[in-house]
Amino acid sequence: MDTMRDRFIATTTRLLDEDPRIAVVLAEISRDGFGPAERAHPHRVVNVGIREQLLIGAGAGMALTGMRPVMHTFASFLVERPFEQVKLDLGHQGVGGVLVSAGASYDWPAGGFTHMAPGDVALLDTLDGWTVHVPGHPDEAETLLRRSVRGDGRVYVRLSLQSNRAARAVGGPGFETVRRGDGGGVVIAVGPMLDNVLEATEGLDVTVLYATTVRPFDAASLRRAAGAHGTTGVVLVEPFLAGTSTAAANDALTDLPHRILGLGVGRSELRRYGQMPDHLVAHGLDPRSLRQRITGFLHP
Amino acid sequence: MLGRMTNTTTPPLHGYGELDRLMGLMTGDEKHGPAATSTLDVLWVLYDRVLRVSPATAGSPGRDRFLLSKGHGPMAYYAVLAARGFFDEELLSDFGAYDSPLGHHPDRLLVPGAEIGSGSLGHGLPLAVGSVLGLRAQGLTEPRVWVLTGDAELDEGSNHDAIAYAGPAGLEQLNTVVIDNASATYARPGGIAARFEAAGWSASTVDGRDHDALYAAFTAPHPGRPHAVIARVAPGR
Repeated sequence: MDTMRDRFIATTTRLLDEDPRIAVVLAEISRDGFGPAERAHPHRVVNVGIREQLLIGAGAGMALTGMRPVMHTFASFLVERPFEQVKLDLGHQGVGGVLVSAGASYDWPAGGFTHMAPGDVALLDTLDGWTVHVPGHPDEAETLLRRSVRGDGRVYVRLSLQSNRAARAVGGPGFETVRRGDGGGVVIAVGPMLDNVLEATEGLDVTVLYATTVRPFDAASLRRAAGAHGTTGVVLVEPFLAGTSTAAANDALTDLPHRILGLGVGRSELRRYGQMPDHLVAHGLDPRSLRQRITGFLHP
Repeated sequence: MLGRMTNTTTPPLHGYGELDRLMGLMTGDEKHGPAATSTLDVLWVLYDRVLRVSPATAGSPGRDRFLLSKGHGPMAYYAVLAARGFFDEELLSDFGAYDSPLGHHPDRLLVPGAEIGSGSLGHGLPLAVGSVLGLRAQGLTEPRVWVLTGDAELDEGSNHDAIAYAGPAGLEQLNTVVIDNASATYARPGGIAARFEAAGWSASTVDGRDHDALYAAFTAPHPGRPHAVIARVAPGR
């Protein structure tokens, strides 16, 4: 199967043919994949070299002239390194753009912490007006990319090598109810965490919601899932910094008695290499650890 | 089709001689005052004789763009925009007030005629690079993009991202004017022009108060290359 990043390149290459408003801005990463697109559209596929501040600034400048820029590199160099450009050149200037990252939190464990960005979504949470998509499958990535590029807003699409086995229909912006429980609590699985969450909650009385668009946070769906019962327990399972969406879930339930457990990537550096499964275990995001932590909190 | 040297802007409501009065309408600010005047002559020559933009064409895709990157000291900028009719001079007297569109750093969503919001140094040149790329991608090869920076602003590494890219990329539509009032703590004589030239830009250094010299430098041909004008003014002004 192709990766989300492969699908991003193939989809965006087609979108460049279809829509003259679209431009791709690169900082060397994925340049080979965009080679055919660059030859077909030399003025709309721009590589600025290893210059991430310019990656965002140039994309924003293109947006000032009416283009729809798609800016891409690894998450750590797309969101963290040029964060002030993201804040000012896009947000403060009042222009839109689509940031598409690769690498996520633990895609390349042997590459170490410099290539991990578990805090990217939490950082964007300090800014106003961002839509954040976290697809769980290449098919979902394609759908969400097409929707993002068609709009005018500021959108972050977080791609990962971690993928669920099967794609789901990501038709609307809201959370999908994947498993319906009977009052035992709510588990929200974000993007590529769904397979592990479904395995971890097999046979448990919990409602499982699937979230691929996490900002704006679908408060209505969480309230519907939580509302019918007394004090509701909510567990968030996110493939980035633990607790990233805890405040959003808390805001959604502000007038209802509730408890929230935010699971995700730990804050402390592991300083370990290895493979993705090693890191999922280390962060307690494998099915077995998840089942222990979910049952310990919800007692379903 | 516009000729390259044709200035199609409407006549100014006020001439150069009234800029002092317009600046006087704004309250003085000790930090921003001197920096504001260092840009006055450059801004005037650009808006009066070089930039093909007016209040009537401020939203036109084919207009020239002027990006004030050095957002500190925007009083001269506001005075010139008012003189050119982008907004009424009445706004000047409320400079910095809560409900004024004119802050101590400009905001493009508030100031008529302002292409970017600035204040944090080092953002204008990358945005100008992107503006040229965006125009070129739409087949708009006539409009020129101007960005004004300070000599100390070039300390910011983001400028060097833009300078090092724009030269080899051959962005002829890109123009930078550096107001050199020797405010950088670490500088070498001639260092500014040398850095642009090393990156493949055309560069010239002129007296930042001499209108004819500025005009000549601003309009010098630079085929296939971006252009930098280093406008020297007295230190501290």
